[in-house]
Amino acid sequence: MKFTIMGSIAASTLLASMAMAEEVRVYNWSDYIDESLLQKFEDETGIDLVYDVFDSNEVLETKLLAGGSGYDVVVPSGTFLQRQITAGAFQKLDKTKLPNIENQWDVIEDRLKKYDPEGEYAVNYMWGTTGLGVNVNKVKEVLGDDAPIDSLALIFDPANMEKLASCGVYFLDAPVEIIPAALAYLGENPDSQDAEVIEQAEPLLTAIAPHVQKFHSSEYINALANGSICVAFGWSGDILQARDRAAEADNGVEIAYNAPTEGALMWFDSFAMPVDAPNPEAGLKFINFMMDAQNAAAASNYVYYANGNFASQALLAEDVIGDPAIYPTEKTLKNLYTTSPYDPKLQRVVTRMWTKIKSGT
Amino acid sequence: MRRFALIAVPYLWLLFLFLVPFLIVFKISLSDLALAIPPYAPTFKDGIAEMLRQFDFENFVFLTVDDLYWKAYLSSLQIAFFSTLITLMVGYPMAYGMARAPEEWRATLMMLVILPFWTSFLIRVYAWIGILSNDGFLNQLLMWIGLINEPLTILNTNIAVYIGIVYTYLPFMILPIYAALDRLDESLNEAAEDLGCSRMQAFWLVTIPLSKNGIIAGCFLVFIPALGEFVIPSLLGGSGTLMIGKILFEEFFNNRDWPVASAVAVVLLLILIIPIVLFQRNQQRQAEAEQ
Repeated sequence: MKFTIMGSIAASTLLASMAMAEEVRVYNWSDYIDESLLQKFEDETGIDLVYDVFDSNEVLETKLLAGGSGYDVVVPSGTFLQRQITAGAFQKLDKTKLPNIENQWDVIEDRLKKYDPEGEYAVNYMWGTTGLGVNVNKVKEVLGDDAPIDSLALIFDPANMEKLASCGVYFLDAPVEIIPAALAYLGENPDSQDAEVIEQAEPLLTAIAPHVQKFHSSEYINALANGSICVAFGWSGDILQARDRAAEADNGVEIAYNAPTEGALMWFDSFAMPVDAPNPEAGLKFINFMMDAQNAAAASNYVYYANGNFASQALLAEDVIGDPAIYPTEKTLKNLYTTSPYDPKLQRVVTRMWTKIKSGT
Repeated sequence: MRRFALIAVPYLWLLFLFLVPFLIVFKISLSDLALAIPPYAPTFKDGIAEMLRQFDFENFVFLTVDDLYWKAYLSSLQIAFFSTLITLMVGYPMAYGMARAPEEWRATLMMLVILPFWTSFLIRVYAWIGILSNDGFLNQLLMWIGLINEPLTILNTNIAVYIGIVYTYLPFMILPIYAALDRLDESLNEAAEDLGCSRMQAFWLVTIPLSKNGIIAGCFLVFIPALGEFVIPSLLGGSGTLMIGKILFEEFFNNRDWPVASAVAVVLLLILIIPIVLFQRNQQRQAEAEQ
């Protein structure tokens, strides 16, 4: 009898250690989660979570298209999601394993259909806008009190940029973000797929590029927060994180975010599962965990991005749900545009143009 | 048989670590962009005959159509050349100092040269961001001394790239030169001075020529990796820094065009073959001379 008890203890510890060995691999954007959620997921499910980060869609896409990325859950943005679905990089999500999907916000689900028409491959994690982060005092010092901090003229009018260059301007290193903004500033359709229209952005951007200190898609958070630059054209939540870091450091730096009045790009980062995910079951558990209202709220409260989870809204901090920079007003929401992926030929034109703008050749 | 085995080892090495990867890259450079996994066509799945039929040199032709590529190659050659020159000018006196240092010091000095390798290359390059940025250590120091009033913009310029390359590759320059100088017979210099040379003349006429092999080896060890450098220009360089390593990255990651990226890599390799062959020949001649 004693022997069997010993045996069953041994068996159960063995089972437990096997369960511990189960692993889920998640590849998400940098600075994009409340890290205590990672521990919480491991505690709740007993699954080991390997959490890696990237800072550009391009890097993610290259890994996905090379195949065998080894990740169970990845977080591409809209146009990239659409192209990767076409390339056959994702598997359909088994909705029966995602009971928390009822928490999702239909408004965002509808907008996401532009990229995932049947809503089969992706569920939204966060969404936001691309706009202007400014160090309010420095910009006013340089441009005067009526500086257009909520207009694209701030960064696309060479006269302004010449003056701002002295205190430092960073741009996202992502043509798919900057070119639509330039087209919006010119009064063209930001989602244009016409090479001739897109090329109109070139002289505009060439004129201001010398005044841009750096094109980079993540360094501006720190640079804004510690006051070493005064303007960044970047993602809403990143800039709001910079605002908060500056406030915490109490270094006298005051950061503000504005979606440009000319219209702002609205983007969606969504959970999707690579077609060759090693552990899809665990991946679904992770996605479901993140769609829990509590967890989605914790993530948004931490990263200052709006999420696609309606049920979480009641649980959001007042400075998140009440901040129009994060959850835009009805009116701003109408002013937001979305973009479509470029086909390979147009993509080459765009990348080439981008290199030319950045390096002058 | 034994002789055959001895020859076979380096050739197998070359085959697996150089020729096979090169052929894979070359194969991709002959294919076309596709929206699939992997993102090019044709692949082996289409069958060898079909694959060969679809191959063409379109991507290589494309590289000649757009002036971006040759400008990037030229600019890389220029940056690699001048940073090699600067590394030589900095590294030679250091190697000379080491070789002339008292015997008991040399091991320590050698250790100091190698020590930076104990830290990750990436972290060391990152550290330079902290040193060179507008509110970095260097600018703070210079302003504190009173040499400058406004911070110098060094980070995100080509100057920062030169600093990064020289710093990173300095040990590769010092070590072969030190090895050459260490073996140098001091009495040769004394003989030159006895025969009427000044110390300076003796240095130019005796020391430099006798350390030539070390200089050549050091220069190639710096020049070859510097030419394809990606990390240093992308972390320290600005948007105006045009280097082929960055172009390669863009072709892969921004255009997702593996075939063109592979063509860029093949051409880079062809450019590198000239200095690599020269280097090999120099090494061989040296080995023969020693026998």
